[in-house]
Amino acid sequence: MSEKKATRVAYGEALVELAKKNDKVVVLDADLAQATQTAIFQKAFPERHFDLGIAEANMVDVANGMSCMGLIPFCSTFAVFAGRNFEQIRNGVCYPHNNVKFAFTHAGVTVGEDGGTHQAIEDIALMRVLPGMTVIVPCDANETYKAVEAAAAIDGPVYLRLARLATTVFDPMPFEVGKGNVMRDGKDAVIFACGLMVEESLKAAELLKEQGKDVAVVNLHTIKPLDRELVARYAAKCKNVFTAEEHSVIGGLGDAIADVLVGNGEFTFTKLGIEDQFGQSGKAMDVLRAYGLCGDQIAQRIAEKL
Amino acid sequence: MNIPEMEAVCKQVRRDIITMTAAAGSGHPGGSLSATEILVALYEDVMKVDPKNPTDPARDRLVLSKGHAAPALYAVLGEKGFFDKKEFANFRQLHSILQGHPDKKKCPGVDASTGSLGQGASIAVGMALGAKHTGNPCHVYAILGDGELQEGLVWEAAMSAAHYKLDNLTYIVDNNGLQIDGSNDQVMGLGNIAQKFTAFGFRVMEVADGNDLKQVLDALHQPAQKDVPTCILCHTVKGKGVSFMENQVGWHGKAPNAEQRDQALKELEA
Repeated sequence: MSEKKATRVAYGEALVELAKKNDKVVVLDADLAQATQTAIFQKAFPERHFDLGIAEANMVDVANGMSCMGLIPFCSTFAVFAGRNFEQIRNGVCYPHNNVKFAFTHAGVTVGEDGGTHQAIEDIALMRVLPGMTVIVPCDANETYKAVEAAAAIDGPVYLRLARLATTVFDPMPFEVGKGNVMRDGKDAVIFACGLMVEESLKAAELLKEQGKDVAVVNLHTIKPLDRELVARYAAKCKNVFTAEEHSVIGGLGDAIADVLVGNGEFTFTKLGIEDQFGQSGKAMDVLRAYGLCGDQIAQRIAEKL
Repeated sequence: MNIPEMEAVCKQVRRDIITMTAAAGSGHPGGSLSATEILVALYEDVMKVDPKNPTDPARDRLVLSKGHAAPALYAVLGEKGFFDKKEFANFRQLHSILQGHPDKKKCPGVDASTGSLGQGASIAVGMALGAKHTGNPCHVYAILGDGELQEGLVWEAAMSAAHYKLDNLTYIVDNNGLQIDGSNDQVMGLGNIAQKFTAFGFRVMEVADGNDLKQVLDALHQPAQKDVPTCILCHTVKGKGVSFMENQVGWHGKAPNAEQRDQALKELEA
């Protein structure tokens, strides 16, 4: 598991494999194909890749119209434009439950140098509030391959949140939409995490083990529909609940988990994420550290609580 | 159907618009009445659609981008037999297939859920692009309001229609000159609409009287120009056919009361 790859790269590769099997798949981009990595698909299937130029809102509704003709469009741009496109996604795609997939890359503060204008910290919140939208945040390249395939199999809108930064590729795990994966068992506390925070949470659990604390890490790649049973079970078992996400603590994974747990047992509950503020420029991991989300920082926060 | 027969349909559609909005106590009669001839021409003469097979993949598509003109669309779809006209009584009521704005999940014959202005222009581009990609010979029509052209999305869509050479796409602008807060010129001047669409790469046809069926049909029947999308700019009258509604801003989103309904229906007698 020493290989590193960004989920956006895995996405571009996964599209090629998917398109070989499914001739309905088309891909739309808004002048970011080199960044979102749909360029990988464009090279393999140039006639099935549509660049809509720097016009993200139009891209969404063009994809929407293409879905009405029986195609399965994957739309890509930066996650920060989930906000710019929001009303097209809401009224255009989700209201009629059209079959459009959104794979938005460069989510979270690990975008790095481009800074706060380009670091989406609110996209999970925006997408999970929409009726009928499935929201998936893969933790690594292998999970991304499976998520792309699963998204195509769903008849309806799906949001895939992908990252710019190359991160550890874990051994392949089972993947089922709406079913979390226990990455590491434990009994003193549980960290529910998604995206690259799964890796940071595993680092934290390892550090805590050295202090004699047995911490479980649960990868919730699907934010919606959430694996409520797994969340309730691990909260009841571990009693100390932590959530970790590269997203605002408002409206993201932490709140989705709180929705399940509030009033359903006795435990401590702590959300780790971006504390109601914007990101900033810096090297990706330095920015993550500036917001307290690196493994050792998470370990320290948890140790203080236990 | 010949022109006098279609004109009779237009009159019936107008009566249904009045009856529907009056019964609901809300809705948008003004922009429904201005778009009546456009919709009747499309559904009774131009578009290949089959009410018995409303999801036929090869059918022509209509996107009513100015979705608030839903009463006019419903009246025409009911007339064509996509659903029972008894549904008109449920317009804007709970659990109705006839929502305040067109809902493709609920209403047979509706090709796109619309009402959020600007989006229909883009959705129609996507349909036309998808049709080209899949080798579907259908034609895609979108009816846009003039006030709607103030949405930037319309121009993003127009740019992409020309870029992808969508000669299977026709925008029809219902240019009645009025919007909620006043005339187009008072609220946000549109300048020369024909020149704007021409500059964006469209073939533009102007219809001097967009409430004259023959003129509308003549434009709609012009053969497509290879590789070029078409825009038909129809000069219409908001509230057309009801004397006290014509060219009145106030009738954009207000339903007639019982007395006004009766007066309007009297003016629209066959």
